[in-house]
Amino acid sequence: MTSIAKPPVKHPGLPKNGLGLTKRDYEGAMSTLCAGCGHDSVTAALISAFWELDVPPHKAAKMSGIGCSSKTTAYFMKQSHGFNSVHGRMPSLTSGANAANRSLMYIGISGDGDSLSIGLGQLCHAIRRNVHMLYLIENNGVYGLTKGQFSASADVGSTAKKGEANQNAPIDPILLALTLGATFVARSFSGDKTQLVPILKAGLRHNGFALIDIISPCVSFNDHEGSTKSYKFTREHEVELAPVDFVPLRKEISAEQKDAGGVTSVSMHDGSVVRFRKTPESYDATDRNTAYTHVKECHDRGEIATGLLYLEEGSTSEMHTLNKTVETPLVDVPYGELCPGSGALAELMGEYR
Amino acid sequence: MSSTNDFAFKIATVNGTGSASANTLVMQSIFRMGIPVTGKNVFPSNIQGLPTWYEVRVSGDGWNARRQEIDLVIAMNPETYAKDVAAVRSGGYLLYDSTWPLPSALERDDINIIGVPCGEMCVNAFERDRDRVLLRNIVYTGALAALIGIDTDIIDALLTEKFSKKKKLLDANFKAVRLGYDYAAKHYECPLPFSLSPLNKTSGHILMDGNTAFGLGAVFAGATVGAWYPITPSTSLMDAFTAFCKKYRTNADGTKKYLIIQAEDELAAAGMVIGANWAGARAFTATAGPGISLMQEFIGLAYYAEMPAVVVDVQRVGPSTGMPTRTQQADLLACAYASHGDTKHICLYPSDPAECFTMAPMSFDLAETFMTPVFVLSDLDIGMNDWMIPKLEWDDSYVPARGNVLTAEQVAEISKWSRFHDTGGGIPSRTLPGSGGKGAFFTRGSGHSLSGAYTEDSAEYQAVLDRIALKFKTAEGAVPKPEFHGSGDNEIGLVALGGTRGAVIEAMDRLESQGVTCDFMRIKAFPFGPEVTEFLESHDKLFVVEQNRDAQLRSMIAIETGTARDKMIPVLDYAGLPLTPAVVVDGVRAGLGQTQQLAGVQS
Ligand SMILES: Cc1ncc(C[n+]2csc(CCOP(=O)(O)OP(=O)(O)O)c2C)c(N)n1
Ligand code: SF4
Ligand SMILES: [Mg+2]
Repeated sequence: MTSIAKPPVKHPGLPKNGLGLTKRDYEGAMSTLCAGCGHDSVTAALISAFWELDVPPHKAAKMSGIGCSSKTTAYFMKQSHGFNSVHGRMPSLTSGANAANRSLMYIGISGDGDSLSIGLGQLCHAIRRNVHMLYLIENNGVYGLTKGQFSASADVGSTAKKGEANQNAPIDPILLALTLGATFVARSFSGDKTQLVPILKAGLRHNGFALIDIISPCVSFNDHEGSTKSYKFTREHEVELAPVDFVPLRKEISAEQKDAGGVTSVSMHDGSVVRFRKTPESYDATDRNTAYTHVKECHDRGEIATGLLYLEEGSTSEMHTLNKTVETPLVDVPYGELCPGSGALAELMGEYR
Repeated sequence: MSSTNDFAFKIATVNGTGSASANTLVMQSIFRMGIPVTGKNVFPSNIQGLPTWYEVRVSGDGWNARRQEIDLVIAMNPETYAKDVAAVRSGGYLLYDSTWPLPSALERDDINIIGVPCGEMCVNAFERDRDRVLLRNIVYTGALAALIGIDTDIIDALLTEKFSKKKKLLDANFKAVRLGYDYAAKHYECPLPFSLSPLNKTSGHILMDGNTAFGLGAVFAGATVGAWYPITPSTSLMDAFTAFCKKYRTNADGTKKYLIIQAEDELAAAGMVIGANWAGARAFTATAGPGISLMQEFIGLAYYAEMPAVVVDVQRVGPSTGMPTRTQQADLLACAYASHGDTKHICLYPSDPAECFTMAPMSFDLAETFMTPVFVLSDLDIGMNDWMIPKLEWDDSYVPARGNVLTAEQVAEISKWSRFHDTGGGIPSRTLPGSGGKGAFFTRGSGHSLSGAYTEDSAEYQAVLDRIALKFKTAEGAVPKPEFHGSGDNEIGLVALGGTRGAVIEAMDRLESQGVTCDFMRIKAFPFGPEVTEFLESHDKLFVVEQNRDAQLRSMIAIETGTARDKMIPVLDYAGLPLTPAVVVDGVRAGLGQTQQLAGVQS
């Protein structure tokens, strides 16, 4: 938290967070998406999450691929570095950036086309590698930017704008992530900010790869009768399983006091706490099989399971943990410590005679 | 015809039978006798069972190119007897394993045949099957020692260094050397008319392959992130980087000051390298042609978004999968102009492992200074064969050129900083994520203005593209200048790059003895600077020597310098083996109308 740039315009009335910043300080460039696009709601939720968590904007890095969804990294936190890269390749870019500087908070924003078609391989491998990042799929069932072709997440029978129905089985990123060993798996809906913001906050605090699949309707190409990624369908079929509260570290004590029966808490690596409210007795969000079965059963009933579906904190599989990388970000290790020097080289030469 | 320290021999064995270490032993022994030596591995794309050859050239004068004429063939693989017998020059020698008799049909009157029952002697002397197979290689090494005069004390010393902790194995190896040596000495006149005599020409030198040298150079350059996907012939480069990092960058508590990611493919490897450079690390990848093809889109992103990245291409034979274990220089165009749209990239062309080492820090310096991808084009011959090179040295005063990277404080002093404005020579400035202040910027591969904002405005777009062109022009002055040989006054100029250097210099020498004197320019980098153009202009007849079918270097020269194509006669060799001087001599003479045009040489 070295230097926070002062906001150009002061809004004395606006509430400030722990860093003395207002939500305006977490905004970005003006969105160029269609009015009503679900992606803009996700952006708004992200602004709230970062603001509420007191994240110094310069300590966050916004990464994306290509698509309407991927464009949104420009629409929040203009004081953060951002990288809008190439289609489907944000995971590798983020893996490399994270390898170099582990002290930043990485947020990757992708679409269902970006992640489940062209970038499916990279998504899978970033999960396997357990790269410490928050990974959002703003899932609308179509390729928005190229004008409405079906994506790999379109449900069988879901209709396109002109009426033709999708015949191919969808890829469910949640089931995929659970299978691949992801340690934080959640689904939410762009239209449900109350649910989304705490999940985003929890995801940002997770020590590892946090996947959030966000149903985010495309009003131009996929928000009609017959589309399973429409506002109407999602509102009617959403099954919120385990509403969560995210309690940051600085509020920990009061949170503990409020804890009551029926609440399960999971401590995040930095000491903050995720509390699952109203969790049905049968559901254990720290059990991968329970999560898998639940999501499958909901799907078979034509419902969409949302909420923080699976969380495993304290996993040792995070990329740097496995590698035993030094705590100091590699970019900050002085060159003098990296170069063995002429003496070492001279000694080594003896081995090549 | 007898000669000392000037001959070539070739060892034919089966892949995966332990012959590789025996061959290294032979080469190292000669090297330790103080005699300059080169070894070229001609191996199959296979793990076990296919034929493999090792060509060794001994040259007291220090010539290091591959030699076409083979004085002695050591034929240890009955499967390839026919080919191996045919490879011996007239008047030369064949040493074969007489356990498997040579079919009489293969016998030649014009060569001398030496039979040593290596297999049989191993069966009699050793119990275990494994020993019998492995030590057969040491038996022929012993026989070879007697025939060409390798100092057996040196062989013993090398074996002792290798097996010092395995007494039993060491003794078995000693025994095997004696078996071969004594048999040859007893049954044949030793040494042969060509043999070794100790010199003092290898002190101050080492034997090293280019992949090891670059991996080591990357450690010294301060690279902390490596991302790669296994592919011959580049794999051993990242293996070397990994081993040296382990050795030099591991703390006492086991924590590491590096992170090497074996990516899911080359696309991802390129993305990781660009991401790590964006975040401020020195990061690189090593690959071969197929990987270069996959990386194209990301290379274009790094070019246009102006991010450093170092990509080593250890070239192998293309197109497509091609011949993975053979060498070529056929990715010249694919690298120089990689990716769609208007792109051009800085390329470095090391000629040997020594330059692989020095060009490692240089590639990072250039990539970071110019904020652009830099290709290092090595090849299988440089990358995987051991070359005799001067001991590597390091200048401790080296300071990495990290480029125009501004801190938050520096940005604060500029009234309105913007990412893509020219700060001189077309080079912009950048900040690193996490640095804070007003320096945050948004990186995109989509159209952007000098301030980095998204644009679809023609003038704004063009301003950035033109500045990048200017930056590339500036790079001409920063990349290494060519190396020149000859007086400079000759009419004929030879042009080449990379690992063909030795063959061309030797060809010059041979041509001179035939009355043809030439100058030689070895290009070390792209973009070509004024020195390149000057050489092209000051020579009336140019021969461009390269290892690809389509005369790619000639095309690049024509495109970039405007030199007329018909002024440049191509001398091409793309069969997959390291270049021999004979090809160059023949090509030049054919081009001068002095001889018939020969196979492998096209115009
Ligand atoms: C290599 C490549 N192929 C195709 C495209 C064209 N393209 C741009 S965005 C897109 C699909 C985006 O879909 P999604 O990720 O779901 O994002 P959305 O627009 O729906 O938010 C495609 C195919 C591209 N940019 N790059
Ligand atoms: S096309 Fe669809 S996804 Fe794209 S901005 Fe418009 S509503 Fe959003
Ligand atoms: Mg989409």
